[in-house]
Formats: sequence, structure tokens, C-alpha cells
Amino acid sequence: MATLQTRATARIMMSPAVILLFLWMIVPLVMTLYFSFLRYNLLMPGTEEFVGFLNYQYFLTDPAFFTALKNTLVLVGGTLLITVIGGILLALVLDQPFFGQGIVRLLVIAPFFVMPTVSALVWKNMLMHPVNGLFAWIARSFGFQPIDWFAEVPMFSIILIVAWQWLPFATLILLTALQSLDGEQIEAAEMDGAGAFSRFFYLVLPHMSRAITVVILIQTIFLLSVFAEILVTTNGGPGIQTTNITYLIYAQALLQFDVGGASAGGIVAVILANIVAFFLIRLIGKNLER
Amino acid sequence: MGSITLQKVSKSFGTTSVIPEIDLEINDGEFVVFVGPSGCGKSTLLRMIAGLEDLSGGRIIIDGKDMSNEAPAKRGLSMVFQSYALYPHMSVYGNIAFPLKMDGQDKTAIDKKVKDAAHILNLTNYLDRRPGQLSGGQRQRVAIGRAIVRQPKAFLFDEPLSNLDAALRGNMRLEISDLHHQLATTMIYVTHDQVEAMTMADKIVVLNAGRIEQVGSPLELYRNPRNVFVAGFIGSPRMNLIEGQEAARQNAVTLGVRPEHVRISKTEGVWKGIVGVTEHLGSDTFIHVQADGVGKVTVRTDGDFAAEHGQPVFLTPESARLHRFDADGQAI
Amino acid sequence: MARAVTTRRKMTFTIIGWAIGFVIFFPILWTFLTSFKTEGTAIATPPQFLFFDWTIENYHEVQSRSNYMKHVTNSVVISVGSTLIGLALAIPAAWAMAFSPTKRTKDVLMWMLSTKMMPPVGVLVPLYLIFRDWGLLDTRLGLVGILTMINLPIIVWMLYTYFKEIPGEILEAARMDGASLMKEIVYVLTPMAVPGIASTMLLNIILAWNEAFWTLNLSAANAAPLTAFIASYSSPEGLFWAKLSAASTMAIAPILIMGWFSQKQLVRGLTFGAVK
Repeated sequence: MATLQTRATARIMMSPAVILLFLWMIVPLVMTLYFSFLRYNLLMPGTEEFVGFLNYQYFLTDPAFFTALKNTLVLVGGTLLITVIGGILLALVLDQPFFGQGIVRLLVIAPFFVMPTVSALVWKNMLMHPVNGLFAWIARSFGFQPIDWFAEVPMFSIILIVAWQWLPFATLILLTALQSLDGEQIEAAEMDGAGAFSRFFYLVLPHMSRAITVVILIQTIFLLSVFAEILVTTNGGPGIQTTNITYLIYAQALLQFDVGGASAGGIVAVILANIVAFFLIRLIGKNLER
Repeated sequence: MGSITLQKVSKSFGTTSVIPEIDLEINDGEFVVFVGPSGCGKSTLLRMIAGLEDLSGGRIIIDGKDMSNEAPAKRGLSMVFQSYALYPHMSVYGNIAFPLKMDGQDKTAIDKKVKDAAHILNLTNYLDRRPGQLSGGQRQRVAIGRAIVRQPKAFLFDEPLSNLDAALRGNMRLEISDLHHQLATTMIYVTHDQVEAMTMADKIVVLNAGRIEQVGSPLELYRNPRNVFVAGFIGSPRMNLIEGQEAARQNAVTLGVRPEHVRISKTEGVWKGIVGVTEHLGSDTFIHVQADGVGKVTVRTDGDFAAEHGQPVFLTPESARLHRFDADGQAI
Repeated sequence: MARAVTTRRKMTFTIIGWAIGFVIFFPILWTFLTSFKTEGTAIATPPQFLFFDWTIENYHEVQSRSNYMKHVTNSVVISVGSTLIGLALAIPAAWAMAFSPTKRTKDVLMWMLSTKMMPPVGVLVPLYLIFRDWGLLDTRLGLVGILTMINLPIIVWMLYTYFKEIPGEILEAARMDGASLMKEIVYVLTPMAVPGIASTMLLNIILAWNEAFWTLNLSAANAAPLTAFIASYSSPEGLFWAKLSAASTMAIAPILIMGWFSQKQLVRGLTFGAVK
């Protein structure tokens, strides 16, 4: 399959995609890097000047940054916890033969296809509204005081919404992995006298470990950038209780028009994401070699 | 017409040389088999002849014309692939007709040629099926059908039988040989199975590590292997290769004798040994003997010879059928 | 694995499975039901589940009050447009990488993937400024461009894994049979790759349809797709749950159905072939 002719054609066929992606990646990133060393505010045009690492100093020493960093970690961690454990349990259930399996599977993956703004608004209003929401009604029916979700536990509320959106993803991938487990292996283990729990911990879980890693890494990439859910529910509040890094930079750029500061924040976000990406790329790359 | 000449053909991937310079002459109408262990470069050589792989050096001449840099389609060759490479989205008819369609022939001509080929290959009742609905042997025949409709100068076969089970393989071997007699077209056939090589070839090319070890008719190779590699590769069960004192006694570094050229007796002989495993095939019996001072020797004898594990026996090699090799493994 | 499943076990899992499915699907079902209520019934306590006066008034209202069709059109143009352009760029590239790989092919693939890891907020500022200066803010063209670039790596990767599954020998056979490069692609590769191309397209339309960072930040009244339009319901001026539900139902229904069809491909696409 490899002759000079085909190789030359191949290079021509690849170039548009490669060149465009290269420009897409490098141009804005270089600009961000450049802006991050400038004092540059859109409200004060003409005052741009080189300020060295001052933007980084401001951004990184701002108490809001640490709150945002902590919020980001809580959001990512909390969502991962719910989706991975929930995903494993759901995958185990969906792997069992039962009536209407295919339909239940469709029901379970449905939330993934709901656009973030819709799911956030539906949860915020129709389910979590402290007076008219369904949860409030359920709480009152059982004689409890309804929770004012976004005032009392704002971060938890957002985690719930985001976890609802990502649970299908985790379930689907873990289920796929589970179904690729060799039935004969399980039968061999049964012959060897392994009970249901040992089978799960010694065979099923190790078999799924790769898929679990993939779920964690890919979700982390996306969860670091959660934005719409925060924008339409809390706007980062109350105070800055639900402001994550992405939202903080957004606010700095498009609400305060501080281009320099937002750029410095952007670079910090890129570095954080790259730490995760590094592991993910290696994992997928290893898979490519098989 | 279909004579193919390779002149100093070589192939290297980067700095690793896969095939050093090879010269080979293939005559019109000949059935040539490239045989060798996996990784010996036989498939690469075939693909270079086909034009699917660039030459790193040398020339390939087909019917007197230098085709070294021609596109595969221009060389007038047909190929049958190991995986059959049938087009899964086309019917059997569509598969066989494809090369004719690419050639721009008109519908009635195509129809006639496809039906003729289907008739020869017993595929007439399957023309509407998809490849996925066929058995392995039928797919194989479709691949051959696709190759013959073009009336190529030569057919190239790349391990075509390796995906079939043993019984089918025997049948297809006969069918391909038959086809060769009917069409009298040059065929180049790549395999790692020396049985296929021996049974089908007019001319066998034994390859090892990219080099040609020997070229000759099956019986030439069987009778006069030029070196230890060919001796060990051709023939089943393998030739017994004996080293050490016993070989030195015959003025050789390695002494070769085929299992069928060793006589076995319970009473007398040159070598004394103990019977190990005995394999009964019915028609033949293979007896593995541990001979004193010689080593393991396989003996082929008639189907009725009874030997028990651990029984002492005597072996006598036919002295006229001994093969002697020097320190470089070359026949003396 | 052929084994007898006891009926009791199967019944138990039927109940558990359906219960879980119902709970997870409930918010979507609830949205659907609420879209047929009046605003009054929508906020009623106790909530009305099935026995209310069904009305399709909200669907009319949403259409007439807010130029809803414009946002639908925007969503369609942006998601389909970016997917088609992405395919046009990616098919040749994936073809080249799958069938004529070089030593660098793997690096190129990994690099493409790495562009996907870049957090959008890292390049928000310069892109906003470029869009502002080039007059692309709040235009469909701008959003099509951005979403093309965002999803291009996924498209290339998905197609690559599909093309990889087509044995190279079949294309070689076509070449031996006298097919030119064009004919090879038209008669052999494309028909065999249609299922893969179709599911790649489907998944990318879904992803582009639901994209909610760039669409929220770079569009306003004119080019806003449904994601941005629905976000405007977050303003606290009164509770329009029934209308929100109607608008939401229309926004998610087509994509939900497409998603159900592409569930198998979803796994492959979103894990870049790491899980199949």
C-alpha cells in the first residue's frame, strides 16, 4: 500500500485539515500569551503597555482565584465520584438480561443529548425551585422543609445537574467495556469456585479499569470547562460560591473587559488542562499501538 | 504471453534491507511457487511484481517491457489476496465484473465473460449473493474468478489457501492446478507451506531472509537440496539432520537423511536406538527414535510396523541417499 | 454465554432496571409533560402528572412571540454546516492516514487530539477580539467556522478508526483491477465507509447542536442557536415554565432521536477509539 505515488497523494489530502488545525491552535494561543503580558482593558483603549508577569501576579494572588480553583476541583471531583460509581452500578444492572433492556438503555443515555442550557434550566426551575419545584413538593409530602437548592447548597446543585448529564456517558462506556468481557473467563472463575463478589473484584473490575480511566480523563477535560450550567443557574453566585476557573476568566474578559488579566487566567487554565491531557494522550496513544 | 524477469530487484525499508538483490527468470505459462518461512520476503517480492510496493533498486520486466515504475493496473497482472479482498458491498457478479467495468468494456461482453468464469468455477448459482453469504471456499473461487476475467499476463497468488481448513485446502490445491492446465497462463504463487509448493509448482523458488536459496523443480529440490536450509524446508516429515561424530565419519559437518530413506529393523542395523513416540497414519508410520551417538532420528515406514515405546531397534540409512553438508551448510 | 436465567432473577432486574431508567429519564419526561400545561398548571402544587387539560398553546406562543424558527434555523445551519465542512476536510485526511500511514501519522493524530484538550476559555479573549474586529460576532459564518475547528479532530479520529477497519487489501485489489484513485474512492472506499461516515456525521451534528460555550459567548440576537436562545429563559422575569418546556422539548427532541440512533458510535467517537 505504500508506493511513492500514494504517499505523495496522501500528503496533499492531509494538508488542508492539518494546516487549518495548526492555525486554529497556534494563532489564538500565541495571542493569549501575548495579551497576558500586557495591561489591556477594552474600556480603556490606548493604555496598553507591557507589564511583564503582573497579570499573572494579580490573577494568582487574587483570593477569587483560589476559591475558583477549589470550586473547579470540587465540581470535577464530585461529578466524577457520582458518575463513575453510578456508572459502574448502572452498567452492571444494564448488563443483566431483563425485559425491555433496550428501551431502558435508551432512557438511561437520553440526558447526554440534552443541551446544557436546557438541562440546567429544567433542573433549576421545575425540579429544584424552592416553592413550586417537584423536589419541594416531595419534601413537603414527607413532612420536611423544602431545600432552597441554589441558595443553600449551590455547588451541590450544580454538581447534581452536571452529573445527570454525564452519568449516561460513563454508563455507556463502562457497559461497552463490560460487554467485551469474555464470558468463558467468568465461567472458568465460577468453575474455580469464585463467588459473585470475588468475580466482580478480581475479574470484572480489572477488566473495566481501562474504560474507567478513559471515563475519568475525558470527563475531566470537559468538566474543567463547565460553563453554560453555571451561567444560566447561578451566574457564579451566590457571591463567588459557584465560580469555577472557566467562569472566572469569562467574567474577567467579557464582563470586566480586562483582556490582560483574562489572558493570564486563560494560560493558567491551559496549563491545568494540559496536565490532565498529558495522561490522556499517553493512554490513547498506547491504545493506538495495539 | 507472460514472461517475467527480475533484474537485481531489491527492497529496503529505511536502512533495513528486506530483500538484497534478486535475479529471477519466470517463463511464459510456468507455475512458480515462492516458498519460505514467514518474514522471508516472499510476499514483499510478490507485491513488488504487482506494483503495490516500490522497488528500492533493480528492474521488473514483463513481456520484454520494463514495468518497474508502472501503476499496478497497467501491468496486466491479476492478484488473489490472502483475505480474498472481495468487495463486500457488491454481489458475486459485481465482484467478478469489476475489473471489466474498470476497463470500460460494454455490458454484453462483461456479462458473457462473467458467466463463463462463473461456469468454470461453479459459481453460477451464487452470482446474486454477497461475499458475506458465501463459504470460505466459495469466496476463494470468487477471488479467482475476478482474477481470470481480465485474461491477465500472469496470476499472482498471495497465500490464497491459508484461511481454509485442511480438507478444503486439498481441494482448492487441485482446482488451482487444474485451472493452470486449462488456462496455461503464468502463475506466481506465494506460500509458507512446502506441501503446496511441492504439489503445485513447475518451479519452486525457496526464499530465506530475502535471499533465494535455490530454484528448481520440486523433485530437484527434493533430491538435491543445495544447502541445509532447503534440505530442512522441503519434505515432510523433515529431513533428519545429524551433526557431530557420525557426520564427521562421513566427511561432513552436517549429515542429512530423509525419514523415508532410513530402514528400521528389530534385529540388525548400523545405528542402535530406543523407540520414542510412534505416529500411525494408517498408510505410513512415523517412528521417532533416540539413536545412540546420533541423536533423534525420524523414520518413515509402512503402516503395519509395530513398535512400542522404549523398545530397542536398529536403523540403517541408505548410503546412496545421504546428503552431506559443509561447515557453511552448503551441499558437498 | 448460554446459561439459564431464572425467571425470578429476570423479573427482579426488570423492576430495578425500569425504576432506574424512569428516574434518570424523568426530567426529560417532566419537561415534555409540562410543555402541554398552562402556565398555571405548570407551577401548581401538588404537581399535575397526567390528568390536566392538555394544550398545545405553548408551542404556538413560543413560535409567535420569539421568532423561534430563526433560532432553529441557526442551530441547523451551524451544526449541519460545521459537520459537512468538517467531513470535507476530514475524509481525505483520514483516508491518507489510514491507508498510507507514515512514521509521523501517529504523531499527527495525537497532535490533532491534543488541540481538543485545549480549554476554550484559554483562547476566548483573542477569538472574541478577532471576531469583533472581523465583524464575525453574532454571525452564523463565525460560529460555523469555530464549531468546524472544534469538532474536526473528533471527525478525523472517528473516520480514521472506521477506515482502519476496511482491509487495505480490498483497496489494493481495486488497484490491481484497474481502478484509478478516484474510482477507488468512489466505487470501493466510499460505499464501504458509508455507515462510518453516516454515524460520524450524526454524532458531530449532536455535539455541535449542543455546544454551549462558543455559541453563548459569540452570538446574540441574530445568530443565536437554540442553546443561546433557551439560555435567555434564565432571566428571572416571571416563571414561564410551560413555554420554557415547549421550547426545550422542540430543541432536544430531534437531537435525542438522532442520539438514540447513534448510541454505539457515541462511545467510539467520544473516547477517540480507546473504547469500542
